[in-house]
Amino acid sequence: MRFIGRLRTPDRIAAGLLAAMTLAVIAVPLLSRQDPLNIGDVLTLRLLPPWSRDTHGVFHLLGTDRFGRDLFVRMMLAGRISLAVGVLGSLLAGALGTMVGALSAWVGGAVDAVLMAIADALLALPRLVLLLVCAALWQPGLATVVVVLVATGWMGVARLVRAELLGVRTHAYVDAATALGASSARVLWRHALPNALGPAIVATTLGVGNAILLESGLSFLGLGIQPPRPSWGNMIAGGRDLIVAAPWVAIAPGLALIVTVLACTLLGDALRDRLAGEMGTTLRDRA
Amino acid sequence: MLRRLAGALLLLWLVLTITFALIRLAPGDAATFLVSPSATAADVARTRAELGLDRSIAVQYARWAVGMLRGDLGESFSLHQPVTQALAQALPVSVGLGAASLFLTFLVGVPVGMLQAIRRGRPLDHVLTVLTTVVYAAPSFWLALAFVAVFTYGAAAWGFPQWMRLPAFGLRSPGADLHGVAAVSDLLRHALLPVTILAAVGAAGIARYARSSVTDVLSQDFVRTARAKGMSPARVYFRHVLMTVLPSFVVLFALSLPGLVAGSIFVEAVFAWPGMGRLMVNAIIARDYPLVMGAAGVYAALVLAANLAGDLVLPLIDPRRRA
Repeated sequence: MRFIGRLRTPDRIAAGLLAAMTLAVIAVPLLSRQDPLNIGDVLTLRLLPPWSRDTHGVFHLLGTDRFGRDLFVRMMLAGRISLAVGVLGSLLAGALGTMVGALSAWVGGAVDAVLMAIADALLALPRLVLLLVCAALWQPGLATVVVVLVATGWMGVARLVRAELLGVRTHAYVDAATALGASSARVLWRHALPNALGPAIVATTLGVGNAILLESGLSFLGLGIQPPRPSWGNMIAGGRDLIVAAPWVAIAPGLALIVTVLACTLLGDALRDRLAGEMGTTLRDRA
Repeated sequence: MLRRLAGALLLLWLVLTITFALIRLAPGDAATFLVSPSATAADVARTRAELGLDRSIAVQYARWAVGMLRGDLGESFSLHQPVTQALAQALPVSVGLGAASLFLTFLVGVPVGMLQAIRRGRPLDHVLTVLTTVVYAAPSFWLALAFVAVFTYGAAAWGFPQWMRLPAFGLRSPGADLHGVAAVSDLLRHALLPVTILAAVGAAGIARYARSSVTDVLSQDFVRTARAKGMSPARVYFRHVLMTVLPSFVVLFALSLPGLVAGSIFVEAVFAWPGMGRLMVNAIIARDYPLVMGAAGVYAALVLAANLAGDLVLPLIDPRRRA
């Protein structure tokens, strides 16, 4: 909360937008009586423009898609998935990266060499290529997307944590804890790791927006979230051949995507600037 | 340098081995994808044997490794031609697209970021910050659709001048037999939208970076000294500021390659360009193992080569990096 209080105005707007978006994606599908997945009376309901009322008197804020499903409700349902996948994907990737980085720095030797070689090898492949290889060959779907985001997103954090830990290890308080008889694992967990997590937290926060973009990209190519379950990516793909007849079908989820990713990026930037100011380091260059 | 080259080659081999493992460990049988829907179990088994997929993973890996060392990437399952040939057809398209956009990315991104740093806190800076952050957050495939909507369909409906009506698909006009200047201008018209989108997304990222790094340099003592000497602003910006931040852009050049690859995969998908991205996506969907391996290898080699090139060029422009 202290963090929110010290934000600059644009970052407050971003935090507010993100909070509103989270609330809306949770509440709207719950409150709505329309089924966002089932296809009903296609002929009378399909492709209604935004701000219109259908023959049953039901109001459609953003209109309907080609199967007559309410776009706004679908978009909010998709938002649940996109936000959950983005947050979960980058949090778990951050956790895995922290574990690998800590192991690498603390054990050292052959373990360090092998883990970092794997990290470097995976970093040499563009993440989207790696994602495509993993996502497409395994059964596409929600769980696969999260697993694949984690599997392809841990390397950066692992490198950051390892580098920070190697620096932290030379500090006197680590020697002091060891001298007092603390086990190596306890020194790592209680003393070294808390002081080495700054850059990893920033990288993970900035990773949320990136993960949302990647998920939508995979779904756009048909390799991520599968219809009828909506995702901003597959909704844009669904509106692709309608950009002349019914442009709102592709425009609305795209705008939701941009607003969400924008808010995540701004918050990540704000967090980075604050941590960099506090630690007085070159955090910005590394995160 | 030789050590670094050897290290990069070792890393490339490791990348390919990991890709190999990922593909072969995935559930699903490539042979069932390749036979016709009416095929019997015996047909599937025969196809599997023909492709060598009935052998153990160790044998398959050994076969692949031997072929690889000979420069033989195998035969594509789905295209029925050597993988090297398929890659050789697709690579120039993607490299051309990437090179043109990368050039534009830096040509636009660096000056915009510098301008923002120089005018920091003024209205122009605010406008450009909003613009770059929004473009940076926008998915390239959505931007591509929006551009197609405006410049292909909208242009015809709203009566744009002829030169602003741009084609939405492919590399050249279908059926047209063009030569010389007409062929070049046809290609340029087809390339304009894809290159612009890729460059815009890249430039937004570069401008964000350039703004913060130039801001740091502007507050340093040697800039104040240069100004105090009575040097013209242009000379200060080009001679002192730009030369100080230039080395970091060489590193950025190498680092921006993966993002460019990702962008080009989407842009090629939307504009139906016969490049590496489309080749790779189609190969994955068809479970064309050799082609997926070949494409992944090309991407990894490009990234590693860019990193190496960055290491080579850096000492040339940054005297502090000379050994």
